Amino acid sequence: MGGWDRFVETFFNAKVMAKYLPDILSGMVVTIELALLIVVTGLGAGLALALLRSLGIRPLNWLIIFIVDLFRSLPPLVIIVLMYFGLPYAGPSPSGFVSTWLSLALVLMAFSEEIFWAGITSIPRGQWEASRSTGLSYGQTLFNVILPQAFRLTIPPLTNRTIAITKGTALGTVVAVTEILGQASSAVSNSYNPSPLMMGAAAYIVLFFPVVVAARWIETKFAWKR
Amino acid sequence: MIQTFFNLDIIVAAWPIVMSGLWNTILLSLIVVPLGLFGGLILALLASIRHPLVRWPLMAWVDFFRAFPPLVLLVLLFAGLPFAGLELGGFACVAIAFFLNTGSYYGEIFRAGIDSVPNGQVEAARSTGLSRMQAMRYVVLPQAVRNVLPDLLSNTLEVVKLTSLGSVVAVPELLYEARQAQSLTYNPTPIVMAAVIYFLILWPLVRLLSRLENRALAGRR
Repeated sequence: MGGWDRFVETFFNAKVMAKYLPDILSGMVVTIELALLIVVTGLGAGLALALLRSLGIRPLNWLIIFIVDLFRSLPPLVIIVLMYFGLPYAGPSPSGFVSTWLSLALVLMAFSEEIFWAGITSIPRGQWEASRSTGLSYGQTLFNVILPQAFRLTIPPLTNRTIAITKGTALGTVVAVTEILGQASSAVSNSYNPSPLMMGAAAYIVLFFPVVVAARWIETKFAWKR
Repeated sequence: MIQTFFNLDIIVAAWPIVMSGLWNTILLSLIVVPLGLFGGLILALLASIRHPLVRWPLMAWVDFFRAFPPLVLLVLLFAGLPFAGLELGGFACVAIAFFLNTGSYYGEIFRAGIDSVPNGQVEAARSTGLSRMQAMRYVVLPQAVRNVLPDLLSNTLEVVKLTSLGSVVAVPELLYEARQAQSLTYNPTPIVMAAVIYFLILWPLVRLLSRLENRALAGRR
């Protein structure tokens, strides 16, 4: 057996791959569920915080800034570990899935609040005054005038952040979430063969590569034309 | 509550362990940040050769690592390579994974920076007799770096946070040591200590970035 054959036999072993394919596929489902939950709740919470901040209530804004800074400074893995291994000492013991979801959603919330807020403040004050003077209410001004313009500005940085944070679902493996990496790792230790890991790697590429390419496209589409 | 999460006796007991973890996190950052910057600079310089045969494979390379979770890369190196007879140890795996992953991010930033310098600058520099390399080194790069400084800082913040992944492959950095201390003391205080340390170290950088980013986004209009 030549070196190449042995390499293929080790890293792309057909038998092992066939055996563990269902595990990897179920891992993919968990990763997708987790990713969607994080994106929806994280961006939603981020937008909500940015809107709250636009009300201009001083003490509330300080609190929001502190929360945002906190979740921007802490490494996501530290938040996950704290939630999963720390919280149970105080009573509630969230599962690995919930810990990973909440932690990454909080991180995405922090980053997206910053971006949404920067988008909102970048709209000149005169736009607010002009819309209000035509008789639009505060809410109408916000949703029909300010946000549509702000969104356009925020899309490139937002897609980048969202992808980077969503990739963090792999961190769930540290707290026993059965997502792709978790499934692949346990398959490697059961089969004494690295092929499942290669499948797991391929699964991530299948899931995220199209997203990255789409993001590139969106970036050029929404780039601010000067 | 305070007894559980901010236990003074545990803080005293765990202090030396957590501090040695902090020291290792700083060392690790001092190694992986320059490594990533170096990788990124190489990628960006290659990308400035505007030949499609160079540009497209580079774009694919960068997008590949943007799509690939760093932890998966790390585990692949740490748990996969030994099967090929190559046992590198956690520290080397972290260094390689970071070189590949963060290098791609830094590369994108440098590339955007180089693109932001008007072509006339290169032409003017070349017409004064500077070589291509000299024009890049003395005219384009200094302006490019200045233009993307906030992005470079922001990515550096992410890289320092990412060193916590080292704990997964037994590199004794801050998070790893905190978890060791936690399992020795049956108390979550050491992890809280680690979180507080990360926050105290990185908060000034986050504040600074928040200012720079707001200004940059507003300035794009």
